[in-house]
Amino acid sequence: MRMFYHLGRYAIFLKKVFGKPEKHSVFVKQIVREIDKLGIDSLGIVMIISAFMGAVITLQTAYNIDLPIIPKYTVGLAARDSILLEFSSTIVGLILAGKVGSNIASEIGTMRVTEQIDALEIMGINPAGYLILPKVVAFVFIIPALTVISMGVGITGGYLAGSLTGEVPGPDYIYGIQFAFQPFYIVYALIKSVVFAFIIATISAYWGYHVQGGALEVGKASTKAVVASSVQILLFNLILTQLLLA
Amino acid sequence: MIEAIDIHKSFDDKEVLKGISTKFEKGKTNLIIGQSGSGKTVLLKSLVGLHDITSGDIRYDDNSFLSMDNASKKRLRQDIGMLFQGSALFDSLTVEENVRFPLDMFTDWNLEKKRERANFCINRVKLENANHKFPSEISGGMQKRVAIARAIALNPKYLFCDEPNSGLDPRTSIVIDELIHEITKEFDMTTIVNTHDMNSVMGIGENIIFIYEGRKLWEGTKDDIFHVQNKELEDFIFASKLFKKIKENNG
Ligand SMILES: Nc1ncnc2c1ncn2[C@@H]1O[C@H](COP(=O)(O)OP(=O)(O)OP(=O)(O)O)[C@@H](O)[C@H]1O
Ligand SMILES: [Mg+2]
Repeated sequence: MRMFYHLGRYAIFLKKVFGKPEKHSVFVKQIVREIDKLGIDSLGIVMIISAFMGAVITLQTAYNIDLPIIPKYTVGLAARDSILLEFSSTIVGLILAGKVGSNIASEIGTMRVTEQIDALEIMGINPAGYLILPKVVAFVFIIPALTVISMGVGITGGYLAGSLTGEVPGPDYIYGIQFAFQPFYIVYALIKSVVFAFIIATISAYWGYHVQGGALEVGKASTKAVVASSVQILLFNLILTQLLLA
Repeated sequence: MIEAIDIHKSFDDKEVLKGISTKFEKGKTNLIIGQSGSGKTVLLKSLVGLHDITSGDIRYDDNSFLSMDNASKKRLRQDIGMLFQGSALFDSLTVEENVRFPLDMFTDWNLEKKRERANFCINRVKLENANHKFPSEISGGMQKRVAIARAIALNPKYLFCDEPNSGLDPRTSIVIDELIHEITKEFDMTTIVNTHDMNSVMGIGENIIFIYEGRKLWEGTKDDIFHVQNKELEDFIFASKLFKKIKENNG
């Protein structure tokens, strides 16, 4: 029952979010600001995590296929595919659900409990559209860039880990990441990441927008936002994989 | 003038406003008084349409709010200024940007003209050297002034204030009250102020309604309020020791 209640309210909320923006010039300015806040500010964490995960994936794969008949370049190939297919979209999506999701939910939630949203409404502004649409647009727009960067950094991390430990010699790794390369994997990852960005931005904003109470409730909403967007990311990961790769 | 006609408001099955009718006059500071939880904020938010009322009607200068289409509602909103209980300034904007915000959204003026108007409002509320500070960097009293400046930026016809002096010391409270009163006269606005502060009542109460558990129990001016024979109202007024003393001394 609760699920249908939220689903219905989420649909009504989306309709408000996608209402006509108030003023074009203001809208563009906000998008630029949100790209900076949601995208550029996430670059650091995405790069660090990608580098380490790329390294670990490479080393684990190398240790696991320690058979002389399997050529070393397979490690590069396996690392590449894990990074492209799953890591740079889904895992990065989950990390961003934590960072960006809690940021959006707490910002919107705080504006709700301090009546800033009422203040917008009383001026005759559609608060959902004014506050949230720029976030959704900015995040959906910037996430493909984050995903591509994550892929590059992850693969580089794998290369460095492999050659520094001597487990996978550099040339083998380079050969491996080019071997049987399927460009569609990148498209697949980008499609997923765009969907995840939409999920993170709208679900987190939904929880923030509907907070009632005070600071404590803002904290709870922020947790709910992260949990709910993570679950939806996992669900849509499954659905999109079935749709795109099957 | 704003008229409330038999307003009922329920949340789920809890009825908060139980049929309130009254008139708020133009050029006056109309006060809504009552204890905490009596429904003042709900009434104020219902009047401006932040809450949808369960039944009744609200008339702005004889235009029914409920039968307005969205475009008219939007136009009306630009004639409304509102001061919230916690100021509700936008945290990410400076003082000047906060005051300029309604101008940015609703005028086609150039930056210079908007800044001029914003500074006029900021000076009007007697704020100095705060233009480039953020709300978190100024005191509660200053935040209220900024909120007033923002509320009057578009020259509204109607001004709503929800407990404008909550959280302020008595002297600053009086200054804020007087500011609201002066501005009301100066711009001939219909002003409605929520308060549970008897000092405000005695200072600026031209037209007062007393709300008790969602009903209007009394309506009058500050000059009659001490002569009313109503237990709930007396309990409210004389909860303050000072006013009790005054009453005893006057016999
Ligand atoms: N959104 C809401 N949902 C449910 N109940 C509400 C809501 N808003 C207010 N109420 C209830 O309505 C009643 C009146 O609240 P209101 O905020 O109007 O009081 P108030 O007179 O403004 O008090 P205060 O002086 O403390 O601000 C309270 O019992 C409150 O719990
Ligand atoms: Mg209140």
